[in-house]
Amino acid sequence: MSDIDKLLDQHGKAITEVYLDWENGSKIEKEVLDAMLPFYLDRKFGNPAITHRFGWETYDFYMGAKKTIAKPLNINPQSLAITHSFTESNNLAIKGIVRANKKKKKIILSEVEHLSVIHSAKSLYGEGVKVEIIPVSNDGVVNTDILQEKLDDDTLLTSIQAVNHEIGTIQPVKEAFEIVKDKNEDIIFHTDATSAFGRVPLDYSKLEVDLATISSNRILGPKGIAGLYVKDGIKIRPLYEGQLSVEILSPDVENPALLSGFAKAVELQFDKFEEINAETTRLRDKLLYGFQTTIPRTDINGPQGKNRAPDNVNISFLGCEGEALTVESSMKGIYASSGSACTSRVLMPSHILTAIGMKPEEAHGSLLMKLTRINTEKEIDYVLETMPKVIERIRSITGGISL
Amino acid sequence: MSSRIPLPYSPRVLELFQNPQNLGRMEDATIVASAGSPACGDMIAFYLKINDKDTITKSSFESYGCASNIAAASQLTIMIENKTLEEAWNFTWNDVSEALGGLPKVKTHCGSLAVGALRRAIRTYFKEIAKTSPEWLPGVLTKDEKHALEEEALAEKLGKKYKLL
Repeated sequence: MSDIDKLLDQHGKAITEVYLDWENGSKIEKEVLDAMLPFYLDRKFGNPAITHRFGWETYDFYMGAKKTIAKPLNINPQSLAITHSFTESNNLAIKGIVRANKKKKKIILSEVEHLSVIHSAKSLYGEGVKVEIIPVSNDGVVNTDILQEKLDDDTLLTSIQAVNHEIGTIQPVKEAFEIVKDKNEDIIFHTDATSAFGRVPLDYSKLEVDLATISSNRILGPKGIAGLYVKDGIKIRPLYEGQLSVEILSPDVENPALLSGFAKAVELQFDKFEEINAETTRLRDKLLYGFQTTIPRTDINGPQGKNRAPDNVNISFLGCEGEALTVESSMKGIYASSGSACTSRVLMPSHILTAIGMKPEEAHGSLLMKLTRINTEKEIDYVLETMPKVIERIRSITGGISL
Repeated sequence: MSSRIPLPYSPRVLELFQNPQNLGRMEDATIVASAGSPACGDMIAFYLKINDKDTITKSSFESYGCASNIAAASQLTIMIENKTLEEAWNFTWNDVSEALGGLPKVKTHCGSLAVGALRRAIRTYFKEIAKTSPEWLPGVLTKDEKHALEEEALAEKLGKKYKLL
């Protein structure tokens, strides 16, 4: 028996299990797997860049699937680069723009961007790039007045997320976009829409952003595939070199099975877009206000009501350390994540939670749960019934340590 | 190395997390000391009952921290039971980590913090209650005590940084 086996044995398995850690890892539905399997097992697995029957068949399928994915964004499918992850898409958006446009050197982004955006930008310091970080309100809303102040003739790129991945803030992207383009049409505007895609309406034929990141796994599509919309005419360089392939910005052997799964997930999410989001919103509020009613000393992190993404539940339980909370919840069959330092292997709590002005000790007690189209009311009832006991036990260990 | 080791706990850590021994405030403690800071998400309070032969007859803890932190504190209370203060002093974070079946590398500070809190309690006992200074008690701070201090200093630094942002 390996150590991990012994650990799992000690942990045991709860009779009821509710998975809500979709932010960190997701599965796919049977329908999505069924859409993928033929491409692994028998057909259209050829390289879409090669001139034979398998190649052409795959090419035909490939472009059709891209059309399905591009449709909810109302963009030209040819403008959608397929990448391997939203991390790659965000790296590509930042580094690819900087390396193709060398005259201007300033990047502006918000304090609450995903780390793949922040770290990409900061990795370019050595290339003479300046990075300006815009603060946010206590609800995580980007301060557009400061954005306006920071824009200047040296600004090459602005990157503002559409929805915050941790606290669900729906950002004023349209306003930010207009401020940027009013200053100078040439400033490139990227939006990381990873957490917005499938949750809030996005139409890039109306809001003409230059670049937008989307991802398959965030709508229960397979992992290992994502997209970057690049408006026609934008100069961008690939992150790495490779052979001649269909994907110019991510040169590799295309994976039609993953693309098929991505396209199926898009269909499942967008065919019932309103229905799914109305239901997750209802379950979200049931969780948020349920916790607040039954558990003392809780704080909802991020905005409430229509300014919050339909799938996001983030709440702080004061007097609880988040890592202990995730372990205790896990033993009760509830899987979530925390912004606590201890879960991220460094002594810093989540940069999002400190950016919205939370004290570190409040951030350490946060719990993040996300809702998807496959979560049910019964599951939420179990979570609401079980969490008060989880919190009570962790608080009993904290005891009299004054916070 | 191109892959990172995640956080596999030993079964003993989980066992003590599920069923912590010697948990809770001790009203009649001879001495109480804490280490760490809520800002770092890690804080341990130690309660010791000490008899007139400088032996720990009872100890307990409270922890605001992760599962490793809780397990390390609980493990240490088990190890020091009926030990003299000198014997208790000599336990290192390595001993705690070993007794726990090994802590993941990034969690070694949890063991260190527990030892730091215990040593702080012992030092405070001699300074404020016994008002003596036994020969075996080092005049300068040990590594584990310094670690606890470092963590507290880091918490303060982080606190200041957040206010600046």
